[in-house]
Amino acid sequence: MSVVDERVDASGRGAAFASPEPGEALTIVEPLVFDHSRPGRRAVRFPVASDAARAAGKGEPALPASVQRQEAPRLPEVSELELLRHFTRLSQLNIAIETAFYPLGSCTMKYNPKVNEWAARLTGFTDSHPLDPDELAQGSLELQWLLAELLREISGFAAVSLQPAAGAHGELTGMLMTRAFHRSNGEGEQRTKVLVPDSSHGTNPATATMVGYSVVTIPSNERGGIDLGALRAALGSDTAALMITNPSTLGIFEDQIDQVVAAVREAGAIAYMDGANLNAILGRFRPGEAGFDVMHFNLHKTFSTPHGGGGPGAGPVGVSERLAPFLPRPLPVLREGDADAVRANAWAGRETPGARFGLDWDRPQSIGKVRSMFGNFGMHLRAYAYIRANGGDGLRGVSDDAVLAANYLRVRLADAFDLPYDRVCKHEVVFSGRRQKRQHGVTTLDMAKAILDHGIHPPTIYFPLIVEEALMIEPTETESLETLDRFVDVMHDIARRAADEPEALRAAPVTTPVGRLDEAGAARRPDLRHRFGPDPVPESTEGG
Amino acid sequence: MAYTPHTDPDRAAMLAAIGVAGIDDLFDDVPPAVRAAAWDLPAPMVEQEVRAELRRLANRNRIPDVSFLGYGAYRHLVPSVVSEVVGRAEFSTAYTPYQPEVSQGTLQSIYEFQSLICELTGMEVATASHYDGATATAEAALMACRLTRRERVAVSNAVHPEVRRVLATYCSGPGIEVVEVPADLAAGGTGQTDPAAAAAVLDDSFACLIAQQPNAFGVLEPMAELGQAAHAAGAQLVAVVEPTSLAVLEPPGSYGADIVTAEGQPLGIPMSFGGPWVGLMAARMGAVRQMPGRLVGATRDAAGRKGYVLTLQAREQHIRREKAASNICTNQALCALAATAYLTAVGPAGLREVAELSMAQARHAAGALRRAGLAERRFTAPYVAEVAVTVPDAERRHAVLAAEGVVAGAPLWRDYPELTDTLLLAATELTSDTDIERLVAALEASR
Repeated sequence: MSVVDERVDASGRGAAFASPEPGEALTIVEPLVFDHSRPGRRAVRFPVASDAARAAGKGEPALPASVQRQEAPRLPEVSELELLRHFTRLSQLNIAIETAFYPLGSCTMKYNPKVNEWAARLTGFTDSHPLDPDELAQGSLELQWLLAELLREISGFAAVSLQPAAGAHGELTGMLMTRAFHRSNGEGEQRTKVLVPDSSHGTNPATATMVGYSVVTIPSNERGGIDLGALRAALGSDTAALMITNPSTLGIFEDQIDQVVAAVREAGAIAYMDGANLNAILGRFRPGEAGFDVMHFNLHKTFSTPHGGGGPGAGPVGVSERLAPFLPRPLPVLREGDADAVRANAWAGRETPGARFGLDWDRPQSIGKVRSMFGNFGMHLRAYAYIRANGGDGLRGVSDDAVLAANYLRVRLADAFDLPYDRVCKHEVVFSGRRQKRQHGVTTLDMAKAILDHGIHPPTIYFPLIVEEALMIEPTETESLETLDRFVDVMHDIARRAADEPEALRAAPVTTPVGRLDEAGAARRPDLRHRFGPDPVPESTEGG
Repeated sequence: MAYTPHTDPDRAAMLAAIGVAGIDDLFDDVPPAVRAAAWDLPAPMVEQEVRAELRRLANRNRIPDVSFLGYGAYRHLVPSVVSEVVGRAEFSTAYTPYQPEVSQGTLQSIYEFQSLICELTGMEVATASHYDGATATAEAALMACRLTRRERVAVSNAVHPEVRRVLATYCSGPGIEVVEVPADLAAGGTGQTDPAAAAAVLDDSFACLIAQQPNAFGVLEPMAELGQAAHAAGAQLVAVVEPTSLAVLEPPGSYGADIVTAEGQPLGIPMSFGGPWVGLMAARMGAVRQMPGRLVGATRDAAGRKGYVLTLQAREQHIRREKAASNICTNQALCALAATAYLTAVGPAGLREVAELSMAQARHAAGALRRAGLAERRFTAPYVAEVAVTVPDAERRHAVLAAEGVVAGAPLWRDYPELTDTLLLAATELTSDTDIERLVAALEASR
């Protein structure tokens, strides 16, 4: 292996790449896009203004010299083919759902249907300007109204806003509504605490802080559920909300959820359900019906929109009657026409003559806007296509198969790894690698890296925090039994190698484009952008 | 169950392995009192039915034949190569690069994105992306509050109303006060934010001044002077910019911006009725540990090979929980990839062509309307690619034209009641000479 980063000189210009050694061409290493750049090379070109246009613009003010850029930004200069080759080669360095099994717990890495992508590229959607007059945007508005109706029915809530752009953004929306609700009751000053279980996603406490709440952590009980006694002891007239994930991040359904919700409401607090794990309970449990006040949906989890390497997501929120006045504005509404008829027609794929949709801004108690325009519409339409493809029966089947697959892995792997909470799970199962760590000095991180060498994306590791050496596996409903069985074989092989050849696991991965990277060094000496040769001006220093 | 692979024998085999009689046994833990009642959802559809339904809705939208509507969302060319790159499933169906060894494609492309945004803005560090420009700006305000330990924010009212709405919502939670600095909107006024007016508002209780370049009316702001006003009060300058304009306008790093935010939609991302788009944020390295959102850094493996990782994660929610700089987690990675591919596809020359043609066509439209006696420019200060014009009886005529498939810009009086009869016309490189002829003719006919 030649030393890769010496292949280009510091300027990135004019250096010849070293010839790969025999066999090395198969190991893809892709230079930065800046290293492909050559002055004057072009991909996409644009027209110049016509003479007529220039003549017509005479008399209009020109850009003052004082505001003009002196030096052009050093963007790459490449041909179209070089561009495509660069990004194609980069893409090949990724594992993705379409290349490999991706059982990343809590992320619901299910198949992202192609018909959704087809729909998202229809010019009727892509060229729809969000500020077009309502008359020109009836399709977008109808779609948002219909999706909100479907999510309402799926979750049992009174109303839904599609505006939040991701799950954590939905949490922020939910907590802002919580605050607005308590303020409207004259309890804004008094209710200052948000309770979160110790198994919660980090976004829950971070969100509570963003809204100005203090966070109280509630322990889990020995069965992996929230400790009801501790919850009741913590609840009081200073409690603003409980944020609880159900099923929990342990993949366990809170089997006292009815008592949890009752206790929260009795204390005058808001019951927030983190909907990250909704894929487990479609058709089995509707949070709104069970008394929750608010929940965010992750459309990129339950409803199959692609994760995109870290977004875009979409995090609609559903709310109870008492929180509905506080939803972000505007809401898509049916202005003219009968709602039952519009739904029935749409479910039959038909237009409703005379139906007219609009946006309701007249919501005086609304928390306002959490995002510009109306949210990640391109994700909304994909989720809509997914829900329509599945229908009600199909959605229930989605959860059935997701839970079936997770329990199958739970049972099949129970001999190889410790199972701290040995009970029926929902869509994901959390093992512990503590046995391998204690007996063989092999950590969960080592095992995750060894999984990479089998061409499989590892499960989520070291989360939830309450499980030592956690391995959180979420197979989803779209993986075949053969894939699950192969994963079981791989995991058994890794457990065996942890005992027989621990050194090899500690050296994994060996087949990936790079080995384990120095993350501590990356944080100590941040290199967060490409340098075009020596900088003329020294960079500001931290704290400066 | 449109997309599940399991056959009934598969399911039976799994149930047998688990040792339960049926699927319902796996849901015994749902308390009977709160088990879901039957729901009323539509029947499943096969692909051709799904297509027909989505096509029905897409066709219900009427895409205007001619549109001068911008005001925060812009119809630019999305080069074919950009669509091709973001369509690659290796990018689109991967998740957050928590396992860097098998995510180098995503990680390196984010590093390239950060590098490009720094280069475009003249700043030292850029995040991996935010939900949109408005939330990026709101997060920048919160960041400025952390950096200065102050709890008031000043914002020009010539910052786009959508940005100010989101800012107000974000600030309402922690109780940060937002104070508006009025721009000169008077008839015959500049349309600019007066630095003296900003200075009059700012004092040592303010964390930042937020101003937009070009502002919501397309007008150039005196950013250097606004920055001086902010800095004199010990506050930061948050500059909200439009990325394609940075081909021709001085980068915010050179007029003293401390934090730069932008809506990245013009960089190769379709309007799609408002999203998904991408928020950009850049700052100085001195502030990096108070930045919200993900950052990718370069490092090496044990063999000395260069690679990329998520870094400085001690700022983030999954590590810091309630002490995190923000709750942001999933952001807009695929849209950031689109912006990266776009800036690569157009290069420095192409970005300049886009900016120059957009500016030329805005002047073409304004000049043609003025000469035809149809509209007058509303503000005196120079503009970039959007121009506010006054058209008599604008509300009625805007509606008449829209019904004919001509959108005559954004009606500004809805957000600024004092801007009666004022339309904001946007041009891009896709605005043709015939589009402008059609606008002139349609306005003429609507007199």
